[in-house]
Amino acid sequence: MKSDTSPKIAQRCNDFVIKFANVNGSGSASANELFARAVMRMGVPIAPRNIFPSNIQGMPTWYELRVSGAGWLGRRGGCDLMVAMNPQTWDRDIAEISPGGYLLYDSTKTLPRSRFRSDVVVLGLPFTEMCNNEYSDPRQRLLFKNIMYVGALTALLDMEFAVVERLIAEQYRGKDKLIGANINALKIGYDAAKEALPCPIGLHVERANGVGDKIFINGNNACGLGAVYGGATVAAWYPITPSTPVIEAFSSYCRKYRTDPDNGKARYAVVQAEDELASIGMVIGAAWNGARAFTATSGPGISLMQEFFGLAYFAEVPVVVFDVQRGGPSTGMPTRTQQSDLISCAYASHGDTKHVMLFPEDPYECFTLGAQAFDLAERLQTPVFILLDLDIGMNDSLCKPFDWDDQRRYDRGKVMSAAELEAGKNFGRYLDVDGDGIPWRTIPGTHPTKGAFFSRGTTRNAYAKYSEAGTDYVYNMERLRRKFETAKKLVPEPVVQRAAQPTRYGAIYYGSTSPAMAEAFAQLNEQGIPVDLMRVRAFPFSDTIIDFIAEHDYVFVVEQNESGQLRMLLLTEGEVDPKKLLRVLHYDGTPITASFISGRIAAALDAHKVTPIRKVAS
Amino acid sequence: MTYFAKPKLLRPDTPKNALGYTRRDYEGAISSLCAGCGHDSISAAVVQACFDLDIQPHRVAKLSGIGCSSKTPDYFLGNSHGFNTTHGRMPSVLTGAALANRDLIYLGVSGDGDSASIGIGQFAHAMRRGVDMTYLVENNGVYGLTKGQFSATADKGSKNKRGVVNTDSPIDLVALALQLGATYVARSFSGDKEQLIPLIKGALRHRGPAFIDVISPCVTFNNHAGSTKSYDYVREHNDAVNRLDFILPRDQIEASYAPGELRRVVQHDGSILLLRKVKTDYDPSDRVGAMNHLQERHALGEIVTGLLFVDSASESMHRHLNTVEKPLNQLHDAYLCPGNHALAALNASLR
Repeated sequence: MKSDTSPKIAQRCNDFVIKFANVNGSGSASANELFARAVMRMGVPIAPRNIFPSNIQGMPTWYELRVSGAGWLGRRGGCDLMVAMNPQTWDRDIAEISPGGYLLYDSTKTLPRSRFRSDVVVLGLPFTEMCNNEYSDPRQRLLFKNIMYVGALTALLDMEFAVVERLIAEQYRGKDKLIGANINALKIGYDAAKEALPCPIGLHVERANGVGDKIFINGNNACGLGAVYGGATVAAWYPITPSTPVIEAFSSYCRKYRTDPDNGKARYAVVQAEDELASIGMVIGAAWNGARAFTATSGPGISLMQEFFGLAYFAEVPVVVFDVQRGGPSTGMPTRTQQSDLISCAYASHGDTKHVMLFPEDPYECFTLGAQAFDLAERLQTPVFILLDLDIGMNDSLCKPFDWDDQRRYDRGKVMSAAELEAGKNFGRYLDVDGDGIPWRTIPGTHPTKGAFFSRGTTRNAYAKYSEAGTDYVYNMERLRRKFETAKKLVPEPVVQRAAQPTRYGAIYYGSTSPAMAEAFAQLNEQGIPVDLMRVRAFPFSDTIIDFIAEHDYVFVVEQNESGQLRMLLLTEGEVDPKKLLRVLHYDGTPITASFISGRIAAALDAHKVTPIRKVAS
Repeated sequence: MTYFAKPKLLRPDTPKNALGYTRRDYEGAISSLCAGCGHDSISAAVVQACFDLDIQPHRVAKLSGIGCSSKTPDYFLGNSHGFNTTHGRMPSVLTGAALANRDLIYLGVSGDGDSASIGIGQFAHAMRRGVDMTYLVENNGVYGLTKGQFSATADKGSKNKRGVVNTDSPIDLVALALQLGATYVARSFSGDKEQLIPLIKGALRHRGPAFIDVISPCVTFNNHAGSTKSYDYVREHNDAVNRLDFILPRDQIEASYAPGELRRVVQHDGSILLLRKVKTDYDPSDRVGAMNHLQERHALGEIVTGLLFVDSASESMHRHLNTVEKPLNQLHDAYLCPGNHALAALNASLR
């Protein structure tokens, strides 16, 4: 604010951030989601984010919902309307409201003036009292309070009551009693707001056409679905936040799509292992034996699995690993987001290893790349890591609807059949017959007398016989390097977006940074700062990535980790001049925002302009 | 080191089994273990058991961890796929393999270091989980490849080659297997193939986790006076509860036994375990009794051997998971991929 002491009251249509401050385990999550879906059903794009603690009940939790008619799905930051339902966090929640914003709170208990701010519009409704009047059961009093504030918001934001009503009816289809009770609570909240508060406030939702055919789902569920479509039959896992829902989704989609209609038997197996070591061990065993198999984990699990990754790499077993990254190192921030496992996955395990990684940007790509990972793993006979993060994994997001080409067949890679063995085809498990570094394999049980081999983590010759001869070792390592070169041609290409005019500046980013980067691109364009964008989707890096860097004088590498891990990989693998790659790093555990990116890039370019003058002066 | 292939010369009168295979067809590469190693006798027993059972060699998958024992799968069943995994992690890899194809026979080979120390967790959970497998521990109480350190199965008070006395309590994998739910539990001695071969046969035809602890003296590091895993000590303290004759369903029982000294257990596939009782009061269907007997005899310094427990109504992991009969690794795309029309319906539910 400049000299004006009374801030302008926010007047915004389809463009604001509303934040719900709740207590974990109080049933608020489903009410908040109901509200978000109602906005979406009115055709207005939304981007929600759960900010939750590593706790089951009692700790503070927030649900931050960005309403963006323009369709920006990255986190915006700031808060135009705070729904403050948690007394524990009252002070910090009040402090967070943008000047001119709004506060909706439970006014049952009178609070001193000093606990409020003069520069926000205060909207109080006695939710607790309303619930106590309506319900006698303590559980109902707690749960319906949430629905009541959704009702009040429906009135305050001038939303269509019928839309929320219909969502409730869909959610509790077949349970008429619950539908009635929820709609009743909704109505109480709605009417109370209409009666006691100035409806609508300056923020409002107007029916629009910004959602189209997009779907609303989180990345973890999409990964589970991708594994179903990718043909995975074995999943072994150990529970860890934030990846647990990947397996829960896989199990649930399998129950739906993979139960034999004739006898109710499962065309899949899910085993909860005793730890991460056992889970990746089972995945390796299943994949060695010809099943498509995967695990899902997070950073600490990746650390525990290191030795086995080396075995899968060296024995050439096609495994798929979903890594839903969280804040590290160590236990780090288990419920916060980061992109900080790139290095530990890229070079996982001792000795000279390198692994294929895929970086989905949203749930749609969690599905497509998740399914593709199984083809890549079997084609390349090596571990493939899908690196998403908590932001993509645990937050529902709008994305393209899922699709599948029914003509597509799984690429099972180079598997020698009993007929080929019988016909006398030369089989050397680690023999590079095709020049692409990828050897042929046989599945156990194929042929009574031909094609058996002994897999091991020790060095062997091309026929899988134990050998520590230097020539055998070097042959094998050179073949593995050729195989990694082949991988470059098979992994998904990067996506490029050019600035409106030719520019010396580029920006490279990946994964969950995508929506914030798209918005930052628009902001920079508005400021007259053209930057070409490249979204990296895989490691190893294709030549187009290295060419993109060569085309520009400076390339910003935008990441959500502290050390610039993608940049490190680009420097090492691409042999790029370090001075060309400028770090833009966001790593406090919250999702990166567009304003952070555009601010850092603009500042860097400003600073860059003055650098030569400083040099002269000193 | 150099890899030796075995010569394939056969005499015309070499015996063949019902499939037309000779014992040689069940052998592997030449062993690189020390001359006289107990492990080689176990490998020979595996070869004999598979030959006798007319098992198609390629229908066995053999898996191991790391150590002397874990090298042995290379020395038998050369026509079977094998996987020498990481230290102590054979059970998980075997579990995964068994998930992928329920039709193969799974043979896990491990040692006392591999299973009782680094791998005790995976050993325990594979037993709990009901994995359909034969799990052999070649138990010598010592780390051979790293030159003679005590392992976790070494008895308290036993001496190493340099005369140092072990002060730590031993882990008895048989006791653990019994407690954790294995449905076929035996102990044997590599120097007693008459006892060992039928026990391996019974295990290979058992449904569910079959565990055999085979005391297998290390001739280089643990075969001296003062060791409780030496040939001499085990022979002197071998306390067999029974002797097993394994009989395939197709075979007639020819031997005659006096009534009262026999116990007959029919397994799920019709194979018969005929137990000649050595201890008349020992009941191999009593899990708790087996655990008690084991502890009592161990306190007296005895090594209890024989088929200690068998559950003829055992189940396996695939039953618990309710998986389809066809192996998961053989399901066609069409059985796995729900297709685009399922996505259309799913998309509609996500708006």
